[in-house]
Amino acid sequence: MPATTTTGYEAGKDKMISHIEKYTAKLVNQGLSMPNEVTMMLLDADISANRPLDDCSPELLGVFDRMNINSLLFARPAEPYWTIINFLLEHNDKGARSNKIVPQDCETRTFFHDIPVIEHFSSDEIYEALSARKSVIIRNRGIASWGHVSLEQAFVSFSSTCFSTYVKFFDDMLQIFSQDNADEQTAKQLNLALGLLKPSIPDFTTSTLHKGSAKTEIEALMMITEAGKAVVRHRLVDSFFGNISVFLNEKIYISQTGSSLEELETCIDEVPIDGSSSAGITASSELSAHKNIYLTTKNKAILHGHPKFSVIMSMHAARTASNEGKCNIFGMPLVSGDIGTGSRGIVNTVPPAIKNAGCALVCGHGVFTASNDDFNAPLTRMLKTEEYCLKECINILRACCPSSLTKFLPNLYN
Amino acid sequence: MTGYTGKGLRVDLSTGKTYIIVTPVSLCADFIGGRGFGVKMISDRITLSYDDADMPLIFATGPLVGTAAPTSGRMSVISRSPLTDTVFDCSVGGRFGTELKRAGYDFIEITGKSSQWVSMIIKDSNVSLVGSDNLKGFTTSETSASFGNMSCAAIGPAGENLVRYASIVFDKHYCAGRGGLGAVMGSKKLKAVAVKGSSAISVMDTAALDAARKEIMRLLRASQAVFGEFGLSEFGTAALVDLIHSRRMEPTQNFRKTIFDNASEYSGYRMKERYKTRKEGCSGCPVLCKKISSNGEVMPEFETVSHFGALNNCSDLEAIVKSNTICNEMGIDSITAASTIACYSEIEGISVTAEQMHDLLRRISIRSCKLADALAEGSYRYAESKGAPEMSMSVKKLELPAYDPRGAYGMALAYATSNRGGCHLRAYPVSHEILRRPVATDRFSFEGKARIIRISEDLNAVVDSLTACKFVFFGASLEEFAKAFNSVTGSDHNSQSLLKAGERIWNLERRLNEMNGFTKSDDDLPARFFIEDGSSSEMIKISAINREDFLNARNNYYRIRGW
Ligand code: SF4
Repeated sequence: MPATTTTGYEAGKDKMISHIEKYTAKLVNQGLSMPNEVTMMLLDADISANRPLDDCSPELLGVFDRMNINSLLFARPAEPYWTIINFLLEHNDKGARSNKIVPQDCETRTFFHDIPVIEHFSSDEIYEALSARKSVIIRNRGIASWGHVSLEQAFVSFSSTCFSTYVKFFDDMLQIFSQDNADEQTAKQLNLALGLLKPSIPDFTTSTLHKGSAKTEIEALMMITEAGKAVVRHRLVDSFFGNISVFLNEKIYISQTGSSLEELETCIDEVPIDGSSSAGITASSELSAHKNIYLTTKNKAILHGHPKFSVIMSMHAARTASNEGKCNIFGMPLVSGDIGTGSRGIVNTVPPAIKNAGCALVCGHGVFTASNDDFNAPLTRMLKTEEYCLKECINILRACCPSSLTKFLPNLYN
Repeated sequence: MTGYTGKGLRVDLSTGKTYIIVTPVSLCADFIGGRGFGVKMISDRITLSYDDADMPLIFATGPLVGTAAPTSGRMSVISRSPLTDTVFDCSVGGRFGTELKRAGYDFIEITGKSSQWVSMIIKDSNVSLVGSDNLKGFTTSETSASFGNMSCAAIGPAGENLVRYASIVFDKHYCAGRGGLGAVMGSKKLKAVAVKGSSAISVMDTAALDAARKEIMRLLRASQAVFGEFGLSEFGTAALVDLIHSRRMEPTQNFRKTIFDNASEYSGYRMKERYKTRKEGCSGCPVLCKKISSNGEVMPEFETVSHFGALNNCSDLEAIVKSNTICNEMGIDSITAASTIACYSEIEGISVTAEQMHDLLRRISIRSCKLADALAEGSYRYAESKGAPEMSMSVKKLELPAYDPRGAYGMALAYATSNRGGCHLRAYPVSHEILRRPVATDRFSFEGKARIIRISEDLNAVVDSLTACKFVFFGASLEEFAKAFNSVTGSDHNSQSLLKAGERIWNLERRLNEMNGFTKSDDDLPARFFIEDGSSSEMIKISAINREDFLNARNNYYRIRGW
């Protein structure tokens, strides 16, 4: 469907439209929604949208009227996300209708706090919820999110809502089944989600990337750009989270903060390791962790992604292990870590783990892998870990599944 | 209502009388505090000249001041600017706001003119005016020192001599720098205000405030620009020197170029290395972005270092630090001072040496000769007197800071629409155009910028009224600060309702400027930016701004504002 504006082709309109088309395509390509399920609106003096304004819901237009924002996104998530969200809503209700979902993964806790849930697709309710939060789940309809600077904010909020509810769903399931609290309804829901899981899980066939360590700056930039596209293609990261770096000639080349990993061509900062230039103030918020890794190891390339099942299993392991510090998953040390600095921050917990094991799984957050030459081994390690975690999650659910419920869970045995 | 003391202090310097007045509930509800308070309070007298006895000078705290909310130590100073003739507010740090609120006041409104130099001393409910002829000619730090451990707002010789860009210096180095509010204070013959308070500040819901504070701190720790390797906490705002240099948007030689090859000589890193700086900051701030040398000298902010550096063709870090110290001590705005001297250099076709710079700064502060007297009027009035007003790199007579608008088009629009003139802080699009916060936007495009600027102007009006620090918004957002505000005051705001208050404040400022004759034609940039290219490289092209695109964006902005 072609994107439109309210008042024809004015100066710059093309750019607004291509912005809308870019983020609509991202939603679809990343398996987060379907083209005909998306309403995306961008406002400067006039509204531009991905569909004729007559086709945009008056309720959404009403939200736009009332909020001091410049972009609004509404879409029904694709499967398995929508089934998962609906399960969480039902499960959350427990008698009374719940008005929020509280995810436990690190990114969401930091940037979103919690996700409000509303009953009706009405301007009033959406406005109320979005006035206090970055996204809202509207029962039976979908997710709405907004931005005040760019559609990118709305896209990131939508994507993060899908990610965090997915992680919460499996984390909850692991808890329910391992605590023997599953009932027939839960088993059916889990089965349904598992049957729909395919589009959301990585392609585990390893890609071959540039071989050998970077010799020149151009090679370093090319390697980072290529690795960025690979981690997004393999669904090891939502496109705007995660970070990548290469160390060459006493400089760290690293993806910029909030950059889309499949579009890193112009979003890589060059940071001297001696700290002599602060141009890296726009670098990834994990720069200090990367720097400490390079300072304490012989690594030359670092990959950081948020593979969903690795995150899920890290949370499960941290909950069930007697001593988090000594725990590891698939040979990967499990460490604690808040985003950024601080004593429990990744900057302090990840580098020692990488020094000892070449990789680290940060609880509720994601995976760091590294190598002393190129990105082939880090990518493979991340993929294999994610594959292991997916299988392990299913294994645990299977092992904990009461025999009375196995008949409701055929997908568990696929 | 918690979050406010419920009363303010009115001082008439003509009679020497002080009055306690009630803080109107409607003022809190509609204008929040700080900048909002001041703009509303001044609105019935805004057409008076800055030096009219009835023109108020207002010091206003905000609801978060003195609480556990991060960056809760700021406040605002408001009056009519001698430099721009607009309504003018400065957000200022230090501990004055906290002490004032602890003393029991939401604000001080100062009117009248004293016949001799006086200082105001506030110790809780004891308020007195003391003769200060003995302090005449004192620098700001000397003045401050004479009030012991009280928090002190002082003018230096520049304020006494009505330099149009005289500052008010709080606690020795926190400046209400821009717009010449020090000259308003000087016109009243008020040398200093010293305050010490001892009351606790009440908060509605301590647990909720603690939760909001934790959310904000998590976000700040996750922000590279705040607590990151090269963030404000490590290097102060001088962290931006390398970044702005790398983006080739560094105003150089009065904006004739946009790159200065020797900028790394005065970068944040160099400053830290050379001066072994330690961290200091405003009361209640975890970031501590102020940098102080091992011998107690205050390091210049980014704008200052860049303007005494690139803008004046100087790469001598020690000379730049000294220029900054002279500005602080004499009480003049370093941005306007550096820009006025760069304008003078261009008009005269000369290059000012470091020694000449220091000498000029001192002479301007006391208007000691004909040239100094002319430069004390600011770059626009000086250039106009030379028949070359286009050489003043200013908007509404306020000199532009250290982001060349040819390198960030949102900044170009925001300079033009700013209610207080060429200021980067009204909308601060550098945040998304350069620092990628909250997300990156295309810096070479006006696309969508009109609405972004409008939203940011409203947002920063809220931030200045709360009164929080803009720097924490590199990590946190109004969502978290709405929670902090509610937990302090017991109100039921969200980010959107606060933005409504921001819009109200912005629109009122605009109306006040209109009452003083400002029109849309004042929302413009110096012609240079539309006709001269910046300094391009192979990778980055810095072109002159397309005037038609600028005017389209400005027109969109007016449509969005409903003007
Ligand atoms: S960040 Fe800097 S300016 Fe802002 S409150 Fe803290 S110390 Fe003051």
